[in-house]
Amino acid sequence: MSDFGSLIELFVAASLINNFVFTRFLGLCIFFGVSKKVETAVGMTITFTAVMIISSALSWLIYTYAMIPLDITFLKIVVFIGIVAAFVQSADIIMRKISPGLYYKLGVYLALIATNCIILAVPLINAAEGYSLIKSLVFGLGSGLGFGLALVIMASIREKLELAQVPRPFQGLPLAFVTTGLIALAFTGFSGLITL
Amino acid sequence: MSHEHQYSNWQLIKDGLFKENTIFRLAISLCPAIAVTNGLKNGVYMGLAVMFVQVMVNVTVSSIKNFLNPLVRIPVFMLIISGWVSVTDMVMAAYARDVYRQMGLYIQLIVAFASILVMAEMFASKNKVVPSFFNGLGSGLGFMVALVVISFFRELLGRGSLWGFEIAGGSKPLLIMLLPTGGFFAVGILMGFFNWIDIRFYGGKGAGGASGH
Repeated sequence: MSDFGSLIELFVAASLINNFVFTRFLGLCIFFGVSKKVETAVGMTITFTAVMIISSALSWLIYTYAMIPLDITFLKIVVFIGIVAAFVQSADIIMRKISPGLYYKLGVYLALIATNCIILAVPLINAAEGYSLIKSLVFGLGSGLGFGLALVIMASIREKLELAQVPRPFQGLPLAFVTTGLIALAFTGFSGLITL
Repeated sequence: MSHEHQYSNWQLIKDGLFKENTIFRLAISLCPAIAVTNGLKNGVYMGLAVMFVQVMVNVTVSSIKNFLNPLVRIPVFMLIISGWVSVTDMVMAAYARDVYRQMGLYIQLIVAFASILVMAEMFASKNKVVPSFFNGLGSGLGFMVALVVISFFRELLGRGSLWGFEIAGGSKPLLIMLLPTGGFFAVGILMGFFNWIDIRFYGGKGAGGASGH
């Protein structure tokens, strides 16, 4: 039971307290690029979470059963980026063959993911913290959903901002940054929720 | 390559610093701009690391470009980048321990920087070694200057100190500038400020606009 509790704690910590966008500042490029429409944000979330879970499982297996026994953990950056890129590429090809409809909806985001820092950060953090397989999966799920939450919040705000009168120097990205800062302030409130 | 431009080295550095500044103009590789800029020292170290990787990647790519099959160039670039990032990571883990402990993850994530891959693909794979070196140096310097500017304001306002030395003794610092919020505010406001300068004095459109990546 306590084991299950710790998994829930990890999930909450990954999705809310250490939210990738607002506390760890990762994936900002995608965050600002994609968060213009709610619909795109949802599609992105689904793709992202799936890729994150599968790539954290893959890299956990390779890290634990190949890299630690061979004592080549210093190569982890090279190996992880290879795993992620190869996985994303093959997912792209497989999806295009098997389910063109799904590919049409979500495939466009796959191209954006291949070398994204979030996707790479999950295996790196898993390895640094020494998580077990289950914990790695939960961490990937939590991070993906947390990132999705951030995207959806931001997209709904930006849809409203389109109509606002903004001084010219602040149009576009600068204003998006200030808005994100305000959301991040709200997310700071989660920091006392669980003490790990 | 069919058309090799002649670039003056100084022009390449200047472009990297101002016209194509990674953070404020191109608005790519933003993650570390906020993550590691809560102190001037972190900002400088991160900037140095990125500059080193950018220069070495550009030089490596440009010197092997003639032996490279264009079909496999992106995977090869990724391999080169991750190799140099691993080197930086290990050197910093060995010689800059206190800084590394705070920002080790972000050093490792230099590997996923759009700016480095973009420079390798757009410039180094088409040009000779020397211009590529200066292109990398300029773009790395631009990145470093941006980080230094951001972290200068954040540390000064948030902690009342610079490089760890007390400056505004006695007055109460604005803690918010050290929090994530402060990072987003600092980047947003500085970006708006540079856009304002661009529009006001140079008649530009104010870049760093809607683009993402």
